[in-house]
Amino acid sequence: MEALLAVHGLSARYGNVEALHPTDLAVARGELVAVLGPNGAGKSTLLRAIVGLTPGAGRVHFEGAELPRDDARAVAMRGVILVPEGRGIFGPMSVRENLDLGAYLLGSRRGEIAARLQRVFALFPRLKDRQTQLAGSLSGGEQQMLAIGRALMAGPRLLLLDEPSLGLAPRLATEILETLGDLNRHGMGILLVEQRAPLALKLAKRAYLLALGRVVAEVTPDQIASPHDLARYYFAAA
Amino acid sequence: MRRALAWLPWLAGALLLAYTFVAGGYLVTVLGFAALYAIFVTGLNFFMGYTGQVSFGQNAFAAIGGYTSAVLTVTHGWPVFAAMPLGIAAAALLALVIGYPTLRLRGHYLAMATLALGMIVQEIAVQWDRVTMGYTGIAAIPPLGAFGWELPNERAQLAALLAALALAVWVSGRLKHSRLGHALAAIAGSEDAARALGIDVARYKLLAFVIAAAYAAFAGSMFAHFVGFVSPEVFGLHMVVLGFTMLYVGGIGTVYGPLIGALIISLLPETFRSFKDYQDLAYGVALIVILIYAPKGLTSLARLWAQRRTATAAPAVEAAPHKKASA
Repeated sequence: MEALLAVHGLSARYGNVEALHPTDLAVARGELVAVLGPNGAGKSTLLRAIVGLTPGAGRVHFEGAELPRDDARAVAMRGVILVPEGRGIFGPMSVRENLDLGAYLLGSRRGEIAARLQRVFALFPRLKDRQTQLAGSLSGGEQQMLAIGRALMAGPRLLLLDEPSLGLAPRLATEILETLGDLNRHGMGILLVEQRAPLALKLAKRAYLLALGRVVAEVTPDQIASPHDLARYYFAAA
Repeated sequence: MRRALAWLPWLAGALLLAYTFVAGGYLVTVLGFAALYAIFVTGLNFFMGYTGQVSFGQNAFAAIGGYTSAVLTVTHGWPVFAAMPLGIAAAALLALVIGYPTLRLRGHYLAMATLALGMIVQEIAVQWDRVTMGYTGIAAIPPLGAFGWELPNERAQLAALLAALALAVWVSGRLKHSRLGHALAAIAGSEDAARALGIDVARYKLLAFVIAAAYAAFAGSMFAHFVGFVSPEVFGLHMVVLGFTMLYVGGIGTVYGPLIGALIISLLPETFRSFKDYQDLAYGVALIVILIYAPKGLTSLARLWAQRRTATAAPAVEAAPHKKASA
Protein backbone atom coordinates (compact mmCIF):
# COMPACT_ATOMS: atom_id res chain seq x y z
CA MET A 1 0.00 0.00 0.00
CA GLU A 2 1.13 3.58 -0.70
CA ALA A 3 2.59 5.31 2.37
CA LEU A 4 0.57 8.25 3.63
CA LEU A 5 3.09 9.00 6.34
CA ALA A 6 6.69 7.84 6.34
CA VAL A 7 8.97 8.67 9.27
CA HIS A 8 12.71 8.14 8.81
CA GLY A 9 15.17 8.39 11.69
CA LEU A 10 13.04 10.84 13.66
CA SER A 11 14.55 11.71 17.03
CA ALA A 12 13.86 14.35 19.66
CA ARG A 13 15.54 15.50 22.83
CA TYR A 14 14.68 17.64 25.84
CA GLY A 15 17.95 19.30 26.81
CA ASN A 16 20.49 16.50 27.21
CA VAL A 17 17.88 13.76 27.39
CA GLU A 18 17.11 11.97 24.14
CA ALA A 19 13.38 11.28 24.60
CA LEU A 20 13.02 9.69 21.17
CA HIS A 21 15.86 7.78 19.56
CA PRO A 22 15.97 7.64 15.74
CA THR A 23 12.67 6.05 14.81
CA ASP A 24 11.17 4.74 11.58
CA LEU A 25 7.48 4.13 11.06
CA ALA A 26 4.87 4.32 8.35
CA VAL A 27 1.12 4.69 7.98
CA ALA A 28 -0.46 3.59 4.71
CA ARG A 29 -3.34 5.44 3.09
CA GLY A 30 -6.58 4.57 4.93
CA GLU A 31 -4.72 2.63 7.64
CA LEU A 32 -5.14 2.88 11.43
CA VAL A 33 -1.83 2.25 13.16
CA ALA A 34 -1.40 2.13 16.93
CA VAL A 35 1.62 3.18 18.94
CA LEU A 36 1.71 1.38 22.28
CA GLY A 37 4.04 1.72 25.18
CA PRO A 38 4.32 2.34 28.91
CA ASN A 39 4.57 5.80 30.51
CA GLY A 40 7.68 7.67 29.45
CA ALA A 41 8.21 5.51 26.37
CA GLY A 42 8.29 8.57 24.11
CA LYS A 43 4.86 8.13 22.50
CA SER A 44 3.73 11.75 22.95
CA THR A 45 7.16 13.03 21.92
CA LEU A 46 6.89 10.97 18.74
CA LEU A 47 3.56 12.59 17.78
CA ARG A 48 4.76 16.07 18.75
CA ALA A 49 7.94 15.63 16.72
CA ILE A 50 5.96 14.45 13.68
CA VAL A 51 3.79 17.61 13.68
CA GLY A 52 6.70 19.91 14.55
CA LEU A 53 5.68 20.89 18.07
CA THR A 54 8.83 19.37 19.54
CA PRO A 55 12.06 20.06 17.66
CA GLY A 56 13.52 16.91 16.23
CA ALA A 57 16.03 15.53 13.76
CA GLY A 58 15.19 13.16 10.94
CA ARG A 59 12.74 13.26 8.08
CA VAL A 60 8.97 12.98 7.86
CA HIS A 61 7.26 12.49 4.52
CA PHE A 62 3.53 12.98 4.05
CA GLU A 63 1.89 12.01 0.75
CA GLY A 64 5.35 11.75 -0.74
CA ALA A 65 6.56 15.25 0.15
CA GLU A 66 8.75 16.13 3.12
CA LEU A 67 7.05 17.90 6.04
CA PRO A 68 8.88 20.92 7.46
CA ARG A 69 10.47 20.43 10.88
CA ASP A 70 9.62 22.84 13.74
CA ASP A 71 6.68 24.42 11.91
CA ALA A 72 3.43 23.00 13.25
CA ARG A 73 1.35 25.50 11.30
CA ALA A 74 2.80 24.35 7.98
CA VAL A 75 2.21 20.72 8.97
CA ALA A 76 -1.42 21.48 9.87
CA MET A 77 -1.85 23.21 6.52
CA ARG A 78 -0.79 19.97 4.82
CA GLY A 79 -3.64 18.11 6.56
CA VAL A 80 -1.79 16.42 9.43
CA ILE A 81 -3.76 17.24 12.57
CA LEU A 82 -2.88 16.30 16.14
CA VAL A 83 -5.39 15.79 18.95
CA PRO A 84 -2.98 16.47 21.81
CA GLU A 85 -2.65 14.68 25.11
CA GLY A 86 -5.00 16.24 27.65
CA ARG A 87 -7.30 17.25 24.75
CA GLY A 88 -6.09 20.87 24.56
CA ILE A 89 -9.59 22.27 24.35
CA PHE A 90 -10.08 25.98 24.97
CA GLY A 91 -12.07 25.92 28.21
CA PRO A 92 -13.25 29.54 28.42
CA MET A 93 -14.67 29.36 24.87
CA SER A 94 -17.93 27.78 23.82
CA VAL A 95 -18.16 24.41 22.10
CA ARG A 96 -19.07 26.13 18.84
CA GLU A 97 -16.16 28.57 19.07
CA ASN A 98 -13.80 25.63 19.67
CA LEU A 99 -15.15 23.89 16.60
CA ASP A 100 -14.91 27.06 14.53
CA LEU A 101 -11.26 27.37 15.53
CA GLY A 102 -10.73 23.88 14.19
CA ALA A 103 -11.64 25.27 10.78
CA TYR A 104 -9.30 28.23 11.25
CA LEU A 105 -7.34 27.46 8.11
CA LEU A 106 -10.51 27.64 6.01
CA GLY A 107 -10.72 31.39 6.67
CA SER A 108 -14.14 32.72 5.72
CA ARG A 109 -15.28 29.80 3.54
CA ARG A 110 -18.58 29.61 5.42
CA GLY A 111 -20.21 26.97 3.22
CA GLU A 112 -17.43 24.47 3.77
CA ILE A 113 -17.23 25.27 7.50
CA ALA A 114 -21.00 24.64 7.83
CA ALA A 115 -20.70 21.33 5.97
CA ARG A 116 -17.86 20.15 8.21
CA LEU A 117 -19.81 21.26 11.27
CA GLN A 118 -22.77 19.12 10.20
CA ARG A 119 -20.50 16.11 9.76
CA VAL A 120 -19.05 16.61 13.26
CA PHE A 121 -22.53 16.99 14.75
CA ALA A 122 -23.62 13.81 12.97
CA LEU A 123 -20.69 12.01 14.56
CA PHE A 124 -21.13 13.60 18.00
CA PRO A 125 -24.76 14.76 18.41
CA ARG A 126 -23.99 15.68 22.00
CA LEU A 127 -21.79 18.55 20.78
CA LYS A 128 -24.70 19.98 18.81
CA ASP A 129 -26.82 20.08 21.96
CA ARG A 130 -24.02 21.83 23.84
CA GLN A 131 -22.91 24.33 21.21
CA THR A 132 -23.28 27.38 23.44
CA GLN A 133 -21.88 25.74 26.57
CA LEU A 134 -18.38 26.61 27.74
CA ALA A 135 -15.99 23.85 26.70
CA GLY A 136 -14.41 23.81 30.16
CA SER A 137 -17.74 22.82 31.70
CA LEU A 138 -18.13 19.65 29.58
CA SER A 139 -17.59 16.18 31.03
CA GLY A 140 -14.32 14.39 30.25
CA GLY A 141 -15.93 12.30 27.53
CA GLU A 142 -17.57 15.30 25.92
CA GLN A 143 -14.27 17.19 26.01
CA GLN A 144 -12.61 14.33 24.15
CA MET A 145 -15.45 14.35 21.60
CA LEU A 146 -14.87 18.08 21.21
CA ALA A 147 -11.12 17.64 20.79
CA ILE A 148 -11.68 15.06 18.04
CA GLY A 149 -14.51 17.12 16.50
CA ARG A 150 -12.30 20.19 16.43
CA ALA A 151 -9.55 18.24 14.72
CA LEU A 152 -12.06 16.96 12.15
CA MET A 153 -13.11 20.55 11.44
CA ALA A 154 -9.57 21.07 10.15
CA GLY A 155 -10.27 18.48 7.43
CA PRO A 156 -7.40 16.14 8.27
CA ARG A 157 -6.03 13.62 5.83
CA LEU A 158 -4.09 12.09 8.69
CA LEU A 159 -5.30 12.24 12.29
CA LEU A 160 -2.82 11.83 15.13
CA LEU A 161 -4.36 11.10 18.52
CA ASP A 162 -2.49 11.14 21.80
CA GLU A 163 -4.22 8.87 24.33
CA PRO A 164 -7.84 9.79 23.55
CA SER A 165 -9.12 7.38 26.21
CA LEU A 166 -7.04 8.91 29.00
CA GLY A 167 -9.12 9.58 32.11
CA LEU A 168 -12.34 8.20 30.61
CA ALA A 169 -14.58 5.49 32.00
CA PRO A 170 -14.14 2.19 30.11
CA ARG A 171 -17.54 2.49 28.39
CA LEU A 172 -16.78 6.01 27.10
CA ALA A 173 -13.25 5.05 26.11
CA THR A 174 -14.63 2.16 24.05
CA GLU A 175 -17.16 4.44 22.35
CA ILE A 176 -14.55 7.06 21.51
CA LEU A 177 -12.25 4.44 20.01
CA GLU A 178 -15.12 2.85 18.08
CA THR A 179 -15.84 6.26 16.58
CA LEU A 180 -12.21 6.41 15.46
CA GLY A 181 -12.74 3.01 13.89
CA ASP A 182 -15.72 4.41 11.97
CA LEU A 183 -13.62 7.32 10.73
CA ASN A 184 -10.93 4.92 9.60
CA ARG A 185 -13.46 2.73 7.76
CA HIS A 186 -14.44 5.86 5.84
CA GLY A 187 -10.86 6.18 4.65
CA MET A 188 -9.13 8.41 7.18
CA GLY A 189 -5.54 7.59 8.05
CA ILE A 190 -5.04 7.46 11.83
CA LEU A 191 -1.96 7.18 14.02
CA LEU A 192 -3.23 6.35 17.50
CA VAL A 193 -1.14 6.53 20.65
CA GLU A 194 -2.78 4.51 23.42
CA GLN A 195 -1.98 2.95 26.76
CA ARG A 196 -5.09 0.78 26.67
CA ALA A 197 -3.52 -1.72 24.33
CA PRO A 198 -6.45 -4.18 24.06
CA LEU A 199 -8.77 -1.38 22.89
CA ALA A 200 -6.28 -0.03 20.35
CA LEU A 201 -5.45 -3.49 19.02
CA LYS A 202 -9.11 -4.14 18.26
CA LEU A 203 -8.99 -1.31 15.74
CA ALA A 204 -5.43 -1.26 14.46
CA LYS A 205 -4.09 -3.35 11.65
CA ARG A 206 -0.55 -2.91 12.94
CA ALA A 207 1.07 -1.50 16.06
CA TYR A 208 4.48 -0.15 16.94
CA LEU A 209 5.67 -0.91 20.46
CA LEU A 210 7.73 1.85 22.03
CA ALA A 211 9.92 1.52 25.10
CA LEU A 212 12.59 3.86 26.43
CA GLY A 213 12.25 6.09 23.37
CA ARG A 214 12.78 3.30 20.84
CA VAL A 215 10.54 1.20 18.61
CA VAL A 216 11.14 -2.26 20.03
CA ALA A 217 8.75 -4.14 17.77
CA GLU A 218 6.23 -3.85 15.00
CA VAL A 219 3.38 -6.26 15.57
CA THR A 220 -0.01 -7.26 14.27
CA PRO A 221 -2.90 -7.65 16.74
CA ASP A 222 -2.80 -11.46 16.56
CA GLN A 223 0.76 -11.41 17.90
CA ILE A 224 -0.45 -9.80 21.14
CA ALA A 225 -2.79 -12.31 22.70
CA SER A 226 -2.37 -11.06 26.28
CA PRO A 227 -0.71 -8.27 28.30
CA HIS A 228 2.12 -10.74 28.97
CA ASP A 229 3.06 -10.61 25.29
CA LEU A 230 3.40 -6.83 25.51
CA ALA A 231 5.43 -7.07 28.71
CA ARG A 232 7.74 -9.57 27.00
CA TYR A 233 8.57 -7.04 24.28
CA TYR A 234 9.07 -4.20 26.77
CA PHE A 235 11.33 -6.24 29.05
CA ALA A 236 13.33 -7.43 26.08
CA ALA A 237 14.00 -3.77 25.26
CA ALA A 238 15.16 -3.02 28.81
CA MET B 1 -35.43 40.87 36.83
CA ARG B 2 -32.09 39.53 35.54
CA ARG B 3 -32.13 41.97 32.62
CA ALA B 4 -32.89 44.85 34.99
CA LEU B 5 -29.98 43.82 37.24
CA ALA B 6 -27.66 43.66 34.23
CA TRP B 7 -28.48 47.25 33.44
CA LEU B 8 -27.95 48.42 37.01
CA PRO B 9 -24.18 49.09 36.77
CA TRP B 10 -24.69 51.02 33.54
CA LEU B 11 -27.45 53.07 35.12
CA ALA B 12 -25.21 53.80 38.12
CA GLY B 13 -22.40 54.81 35.76
CA ALA B 14 -24.69 57.11 33.79
CA LEU B 15 -25.93 58.76 36.99
CA LEU B 16 -22.36 59.21 38.20
CA LEU B 17 -21.41 60.81 34.91
CA ALA B 18 -24.44 63.10 34.93
CA TYR B 19 -23.64 64.17 38.49
CA THR B 20 -20.00 64.77 37.54
CA PHE B 21 -20.91 66.99 34.61
CA VAL B 22 -23.36 68.97 36.76
CA ALA B 23 -21.21 69.25 39.89
CA GLY B 24 -17.83 69.60 38.11
CA GLY B 25 -14.73 70.11 40.27
CA TYR B 26 -12.46 67.36 41.56
CA LEU B 27 -14.72 64.52 40.44
CA VAL B 28 -14.10 65.54 36.80
CA THR B 29 -10.38 65.01 37.35
CA VAL B 30 -10.93 61.66 39.07
CA LEU B 31 -13.17 60.40 36.27
CA GLY B 32 -10.73 61.76 33.69
CA PHE B 33 -7.94 59.67 35.24
CA ALA B 34 -10.27 56.68 35.36
CA ALA B 35 -11.01 57.08 31.63
CA LEU B 36 -7.29 57.38 30.80
CA TYR B 37 -6.44 54.28 32.78
CA ALA B 38 -9.41 52.44 31.29
CA ILE B 39 -7.93 53.00 27.81
CA PHE B 40 -4.48 51.92 29.04
CA VAL B 41 -5.85 48.78 30.72
CA THR B 42 -8.09 47.91 27.75
CA GLY B 43 -4.87 47.71 25.73
CA LEU B 44 -3.12 45.68 28.44
CA ASN B 45 -6.12 43.34 28.37
CA PHE B 46 -5.43 42.55 24.73
CA PHE B 47 -2.04 41.14 25.59
CA MET B 48 -2.69 39.72 29.05
CA GLY B 49 -6.39 38.90 29.01
CA TYR B 50 -7.14 37.89 25.44
CA THR B 51 -3.73 36.41 24.60
CA GLY B 52 -2.66 35.13 28.03
CA GLN B 53 0.80 36.75 28.00
CA VAL B 54 2.47 38.96 30.61
CA SER B 55 3.85 42.47 30.18
CA PHE B 56 5.28 44.67 32.91
CA GLY B 57 6.47 47.19 30.34
CA GLN B 58 3.34 48.88 29.04
CA ASN B 59 4.38 52.07 30.84
CA ALA B 60 7.17 52.36 28.24
CA PHE B 61 4.63 52.76 25.44
CA ALA B 62 2.50 55.19 27.47
CA ALA B 63 5.67 57.25 28.03
CA ILE B 64 6.44 57.26 24.31
CA GLY B 65 2.92 58.46 23.51
CA GLY B 66 2.97 61.08 26.27
CA TYR B 67 6.44 62.42 25.58
CA THR B 68 5.97 62.47 21.80
CA SER B 69 2.85 64.58 22.25
CA ALA B 70 4.52 66.81 24.82
CA VAL B 71 7.75 67.42 22.89
CA LEU B 72 6.11 67.94 19.51
CA THR B 73 3.38 70.29 20.74
CA VAL B 74 5.37 72.28 23.32
CA THR B 75 8.87 72.38 21.83
CA HIS B 76 8.03 72.23 18.12
CA GLY B 77 4.57 73.76 18.07
CA TRP B 78 2.86 70.85 16.34
CA PRO B 79 -0.93 70.60 16.53
CA VAL B 80 -2.27 68.03 18.99
CA PHE B 81 -3.87 65.79 16.38
CA ALA B 82 -0.65 65.59 14.38
CA ALA B 83 1.54 64.76 17.39
CA MET B 84 -0.77 62.12 18.82
CA PRO B 85 -0.77 59.68 15.86
CA LEU B 86 3.00 60.00 15.59
CA GLY B 87 3.39 58.96 19.23
CA ILE B 88 1.09 56.00 18.72
CA ALA B 89 2.94 54.97 15.55
CA ALA B 90 6.31 55.28 17.30
CA ALA B 91 5.12 53.08 20.18
CA ALA B 92 3.65 50.51 17.79
CA LEU B 93 6.89 50.43 15.81
CA LEU B 94 8.97 49.96 18.97
CA ALA B 95 6.61 47.16 20.07
CA LEU B 96 7.11 45.50 16.69
CA VAL B 97 10.90 45.73 16.87
CA ILE B 98 11.17 44.77 20.56
CA GLY B 99 8.38 42.20 20.43
CA TYR B 100 9.83 40.14 17.59
CA PRO B 101 12.74 38.75 19.65
CA THR B 102 11.18 39.22 23.10
CA LEU B 103 7.94 37.32 22.51
CA ARG B 104 9.87 34.10 21.97
CA LEU B 105 10.21 34.15 25.76
CA ARG B 106 7.46 32.80 27.95
CA GLY B 107 6.17 33.31 31.49
CA HIS B 108 8.59 34.86 33.97
CA TYR B 109 11.24 35.46 31.32
CA LEU B 110 8.83 37.50 29.20
CA ALA B 111 7.71 39.39 32.32
CA MET B 112 11.34 40.27 33.18
CA ALA B 113 12.13 41.34 29.61
CA THR B 114 9.11 43.66 29.45
CA LEU B 115 9.90 45.01 32.93
CA ALA B 116 13.36 45.91 31.65
CA LEU B 117 11.81 47.68 28.66
CA GLY B 118 9.70 49.88 30.95
CA MET B 119 12.74 50.73 33.10
CA ILE B 120 14.91 51.53 30.08
CA VAL B 121 12.36 53.94 28.59
CA GLN B 122 11.89 55.62 31.97
CA GLU B 123 15.66 55.99 32.32
CA ILE B 124 15.84 57.55 28.86
CA ALA B 125 13.14 60.02 29.92
CA VAL B 126 15.34 60.97 32.90
CA GLN B 127 18.72 61.11 31.13
CA TRP B 128 17.76 62.66 27.78
CA ASP B 129 17.01 65.95 29.51
CA ARG B 130 17.81 68.10 26.47
CA VAL B 131 14.57 66.80 24.98
CA THR B 132 12.55 65.49 27.94
CA MET B 133 13.64 68.08 30.58
CA GLY B 134 14.67 65.17 32.85
CA TYR B 135 13.00 65.01 36.27
CA THR B 136 11.59 68.54 35.79
CA GLY B 137 9.27 67.23 33.10
CA ILE B 138 7.45 69.13 30.39
CA ALA B 139 4.68 71.51 31.42
CA ALA B 140 2.15 73.73 29.61
CA ILE B 141 1.14 70.99 27.19
CA PRO B 142 -1.87 72.26 25.25
CA PRO B 143 -5.26 70.64 25.92
CA LEU B 144 -7.05 68.51 23.36
CA GLY B 145 -8.20 70.46 20.32
CA ALA B 146 -7.92 70.79 16.57
CA PHE B 147 -7.40 73.48 13.91
CA GLY B 148 -6.40 76.15 16.43
CA TRP B 149 -9.39 75.46 18.65
CA GLU B 150 -8.97 73.98 22.14
CA LEU B 151 -11.49 72.29 24.37
CA PRO B 152 -12.50 75.12 26.71
CA ASN B 153 -12.65 73.40 30.09
CA GLU B 154 -12.17 70.16 32.00
CA ARG B 155 -15.76 69.05 31.44
CA ALA B 156 -15.31 69.25 27.67
CA GLN B 157 -12.01 67.38 27.96
CA LEU B 158 -13.68 64.69 30.04
CA ALA B 159 -16.36 64.35 27.35
CA ALA B 160 -13.60 63.90 24.74
CA LEU B 161 -11.86 61.32 26.93
CA LEU B 162 -15.11 59.40 27.37
CA ALA B 163 -15.69 59.40 23.62
CA ALA B 164 -12.14 58.06 23.10
CA LEU B 165 -12.75 55.44 25.78
CA ALA B 166 -16.03 54.37 24.17
CA LEU B 167 -14.21 53.93 20.86
CA ALA B 168 -11.39 52.00 22.55
CA VAL B 169 -13.80 49.62 24.31
CA TRP B 170 -15.92 49.18 21.17
CA VAL B 171 -12.85 48.22 19.13
CA SER B 172 -11.77 45.85 21.90
CA GLY B 173 -15.19 44.16 21.90
CA ARG B 174 -15.29 43.84 18.13
CA LEU B 175 -11.80 42.34 18.01
CA LYS B 176 -12.48 39.92 20.88
CA HIS B 177 -15.35 38.35 18.95
CA SER B 178 -13.55 38.38 15.61
CA ARG B 179 -11.37 35.72 13.98
CA LEU B 180 -8.37 37.52 15.49
CA GLY B 181 -9.94 37.45 18.98
CA HIS B 182 -10.68 33.73 18.73
CA ALA B 183 -7.12 33.03 17.60
CA LEU B 184 -5.80 35.04 20.58
CA ALA B 185 -8.09 33.09 22.94
CA ALA B 186 -6.76 29.84 21.49
CA ILE B 187 -3.20 31.00 22.14
CA ALA B 188 -4.17 31.94 25.70
CA GLY B 189 -5.68 28.47 26.14
CA SER B 190 -2.81 26.42 24.73
CA GLU B 191 -0.10 27.64 22.38
CA ASP B 192 0.63 24.08 21.24
CA ALA B 193 -3.02 23.29 20.54
CA ALA B 194 -3.33 26.58 18.62
CA ARG B 195 -0.22 25.77 16.56
CA ALA B 196 -1.52 22.28 15.83
CA LEU B 197 -4.65 23.88 14.32
CA GLY B 198 -2.56 26.04 12.02
CA ILE B 199 -2.74 29.30 13.98
CA ASP B 200 0.35 31.48 13.51
CA VAL B 201 1.07 31.91 17.22
CA ALA B 202 4.16 34.13 16.90
CA ARG B 203 2.46 36.54 14.51
CA TYR B 204 -0.67 36.88 16.63
CA LYS B 205 1.27 37.38 19.87
CA LEU B 206 3.24 40.13 18.18
CA LEU B 207 0.05 41.70 16.84
CA ALA B 208 -1.54 41.68 20.32
CA PHE B 209 1.61 43.28 21.75
CA VAL B 210 1.53 46.01 19.09
CA ILE B 211 -2.18 46.70 19.67
CA ALA B 212 -1.58 46.91 23.44
CA ALA B 213 1.33 49.31 22.83
CA ALA B 214 -0.84 51.50 20.59
CA TYR B 215 -3.54 51.68 23.27
CA ALA B 216 -0.93 52.55 25.92
CA ALA B 217 0.56 55.28 23.73
CA PHE B 218 -2.91 56.65 23.03
CA ALA B 219 -3.61 56.77 26.78
CA GLY B 220 -0.20 58.38 27.43
CA SER B 221 -0.82 61.05 24.81
CA MET B 222 -4.32 61.77 26.10
CA PHE B 223 -2.85 62.00 29.62
CA ALA B 224 -0.36 64.64 28.47
CA HIS B 225 -3.09 66.80 26.99
CA PHE B 226 -5.59 66.24 29.82
CA VAL B 227 -3.15 67.02 32.66
CA GLY B 228 -0.86 69.38 30.72
CA PHE B 229 2.29 67.87 32.22
CA VAL B 230 4.51 64.82 31.85
CA SER B 231 7.54 63.64 33.82
CA PRO B 232 9.36 60.30 34.25
CA GLU B 233 7.47 59.60 37.50
CA VAL B 234 4.13 59.80 35.70
CA PHE B 235 5.07 56.74 33.61
CA GLY B 236 6.82 54.81 36.38
CA LEU B 237 6.30 51.27 37.59
CA HIS B 238 3.34 52.33 39.73
CA MET B 239 1.43 52.82 36.45
CA VAL B 240 1.96 49.14 35.68
CA VAL B 241 0.96 48.05 39.21
CA LEU B 242 -2.17 50.19 39.06
CA GLY B 243 -2.99 48.84 35.59
CA PHE B 244 -2.64 45.24 36.82
CA THR B 245 -4.87 45.97 39.83
CA MET B 246 -7.54 47.50 37.61
CA LEU B 247 -7.36 44.58 35.20
CA TYR B 248 -7.77 41.92 37.88
CA VAL B 249 -10.36 43.81 39.90
CA GLY B 250 -12.48 44.53 36.82
CA GLY B 251 -12.07 41.13 35.18
CA ILE B 252 -9.14 40.06 33.03
CA GLY B 253 -10.06 38.87 29.55
CA THR B 254 -13.47 40.56 29.53
CA VAL B 255 -14.40 43.53 27.35
CA TYR B 256 -15.78 45.72 30.14
CA GLY B 257 -13.50 44.53 32.95
CA PRO B 258 -10.82 47.19 32.33
CA LEU B 259 -13.48 49.91 32.30
CA ILE B 260 -15.07 48.77 35.56
CA GLY B 261 -11.71 48.11 37.20
CA ALA B 262 -10.38 51.54 36.27
CA LEU B 263 -13.51 53.23 37.59
CA ILE B 264 -13.58 51.32 40.89
CA ILE B 265 -9.85 51.65 41.58
CA SER B 266 -9.96 55.38 40.78
CA LEU B 267 -12.98 55.98 43.00
CA LEU B 268 -12.01 53.75 45.96
CA PRO B 269 -9.38 56.10 47.47
CA GLU B 270 -11.86 58.99 47.22
CA THR B 271 -14.55 56.87 48.85
CA PHE B 272 -12.29 56.21 51.83
CA ARG B 273 -11.04 59.80 52.14
CA SER B 274 -13.05 60.30 55.36
CA PHE B 275 -11.04 57.46 56.98
CA LYS B 276 -8.10 59.93 57.07
CA ASP B 277 -5.04 58.06 58.48
CA TYR B 278 -6.70 54.71 57.78
CA GLN B 279 -7.53 55.54 54.14
CA ASP B 280 -4.80 53.31 52.66
CA LEU B 281 -5.68 50.50 55.05
CA ALA B 282 -9.36 50.65 54.05
CA TYR B 283 -8.37 50.74 50.38
CA GLY B 284 -6.19 47.65 50.79
CA VAL B 285 -8.87 45.76 52.71
CA ALA B 286 -11.46 46.65 50.03
CA LEU B 287 -9.15 45.27 47.30
CA ILE B 288 -8.59 42.03 49.21
CA VAL B 289 -12.33 41.59 49.80
CA ILE B 290 -13.06 42.15 46.08
CA LEU B 291 -10.44 39.64 45.00
CA ILE B 292 -11.62 37.04 47.53
CA TYR B 293 -15.29 37.24 46.60
CA ALA B 294 -14.83 38.00 42.90
CA PRO B 295 -11.53 36.29 41.99
CA LYS B 296 -12.32 36.62 38.30
CA GLY B 297 -13.12 40.30 38.69
CA LEU B 298 -16.25 42.31 39.29
CA THR B 299 -17.61 41.57 35.82
CA SER B 300 -17.75 37.88 36.76
CA LEU B 301 -20.29 38.55 39.52
CA ALA B 302 -23.21 38.80 37.10
CA ARG B 303 -22.11 35.57 35.36
CA LEU B 304 -21.61 33.74 38.66
CA TRP B 305 -25.06 34.83 39.75
CA ALA B 306 -26.60 33.71 36.45
CA GLN B 307 -24.78 30.35 36.62
CA ARG B 308 -26.01 29.80 40.16
CA ARG B 309 -29.58 30.48 39.09
CA THR B 310 -29.24 28.19 36.06
CA ALA B 311 -27.73 25.44 38.21
CA THR B 312 -30.63 25.57 40.66
CA ALA B 313 -33.20 25.74 37.85
CA ALA B 314 -31.85 22.84 35.76
CA PRO B 315 -29.64 20.19 37.37
CA ALA B 316 -26.72 19.04 35.22
CA VAL B 317 -27.48 16.18 32.87
CA GLU B 318 -25.16 13.19 32.89
CA ALA B 319 -23.24 12.60 29.69
CA ALA B 320 -25.13 10.11 27.56
CA PRO B 321 -23.58 7.83 24.97
CA HIS B 322 -23.14 9.56 21.64
CA LYS B 323 -24.85 8.36 18.51
CA LYS B 324 -22.53 7.15 15.83
CA ALA B 325 -22.81 8.10 12.22
CA SER B 326 -20.51 8.32 9.28
CA ALA B 327 -18.31 11.37 9.06
